[in-house]
Amino acid sequence: MSTRRRDFLAATGAAAAEGNLHAQDSHGHDHQAVPSDPALRVKALESLLVEKGLVDPAALDALIDTFEHKVGPRNGARVVARAWVDPAYKQRLLAGAAPAIAELGYSSQHGEHMVVLENGPKVHNLVVCTLCSCYPWPVLGLPPVWYKSAAYRSRAVIDPRGVMREFGLELPEDVEVRVWDSTAELRYLVLPERPAGTANLSEDQLAALVTRDAMVGVAKVTAASGGQA
Amino acid sequence: MNGVHDMGGMQGMGPIRYEKNEPVFHAPWEGRVYAMNRALGAFRKWNLDAWRHDIELLPPADYLRMSYYEKWFAALEKRVVEYRFVTKEELESGKAAASAKAAPALTPEMARRIDRGIPSSHDPSVAPLFQAGQRVRARNIHPTGHTRLPRYARGKTGQIARDHGVYAFPDTNAQYRGEKRQHVYSVRFAARELWGENASPRDAVYIDMWDDYLERA
Repeated sequence: MSTRRRDFLAATGAAAAEGNLHAQDSHGHDHQAVPSDPALRVKALESLLVEKGLVDPAALDALIDTFEHKVGPRNGARVVARAWVDPAYKQRLLAGAAPAIAELGYSSQHGEHMVVLENGPKVHNLVVCTLCSCYPWPVLGLPPVWYKSAAYRSRAVIDPRGVMREFGLELPEDVEVRVWDSTAELRYLVLPERPAGTANLSEDQLAALVTRDAMVGVAKVTAASGGQA
Repeated sequence: MNGVHDMGGMQGMGPIRYEKNEPVFHAPWEGRVYAMNRALGAFRKWNLDAWRHDIELLPPADYLRMSYYEKWFAALEKRVVEYRFVTKEELESGKAAASAKAAPALTPEMARRIDRGIPSSHDPSVAPLFQAGQRVRARNIHPTGHTRLPRYARGKTGQIARDHGVYAFPDTNAQYRGEKRQHVYSVRFAARELWGENASPRDAVYIDMWDDYLERA
């Protein structure tokens, strides 16, 4: 077990002891406590596949490195910031998202058929995959656990306002909520509203405000947001 | 298949548990499982629809109990034998039988590039059966194999919002009975049509649907 995993489980246990399982900073997680057994079985399968010449461990390392360090919500944030500062780019993005996203160098599996959904004062878009966990990998990376959880997948379509409230987003009744269930090979990215008070920010500074959660639709971008999620 | 994976509209699954500063993988083995799936996928012996169906076929109690990558690994262990990458004996013993060594389909160079997996949706030879704006009903069908028509939409009436082009049909593709390529649309269903009068009158759910899931309304 890695140090990170051990720390994580310890944090989860501590939160449970406090009766605080779904606290924002150390949630209970959909994962069972993973015994060492899967780690050993995974290692055994990899050794077997390598021995048979079916898998190159260096290729596995490269894939893992890509998703841990190169592909993630920062890519999507750059797309959003560009759309905010460049009206012609925004137009191309809304008309045909995949080529516009590729202009910034982001294209790969699960991003071939992208649709960008623009949020506005009267329309709010929210993305889910009720049947599995479809997610736009090239612009957001691999999905967080909550996006893949039964709680989110089941409720996002029947109670989207309740779901967003759990994320701290309360939408007025006169805003139309559009939920997009990714049942096919289309992948959806929400273009959040540019927050007030950001007229003087550069494209880089704007990108730093854009969160993963806002690009899924469970949050808004504020002049004070930013950071990892 | 009316499986437990078809979760839209279910209740009682608890609160959404949010982890701040979540790592991409929670343990190294999760990354290895993800990458092994991709590396063997590069042999193109299975397609994405069959892959999804393998996960759906996990016993329902396991599906609900397991974490995402535990599900991926359970399906991978089944798949490596079914698609004859390894024998059951090799999987159980962890030792390769003496045989000719294969060449990996996924090289480190390809892994860094991450190739595109789904072909173009532009195909003028396949005519759409529906047009944007048209009223449609999702068919009330209950296929026993893989399908991407969620239960909560069946029998409900909506409107074609947008034609996304031509894609392989999951229900046949998952069983290797042909791609049966056809148009996919975003279909707008009013929240009240899906969930009744307590739903917000303004809200809507957009679901991606293939021609074969739809009929005129």
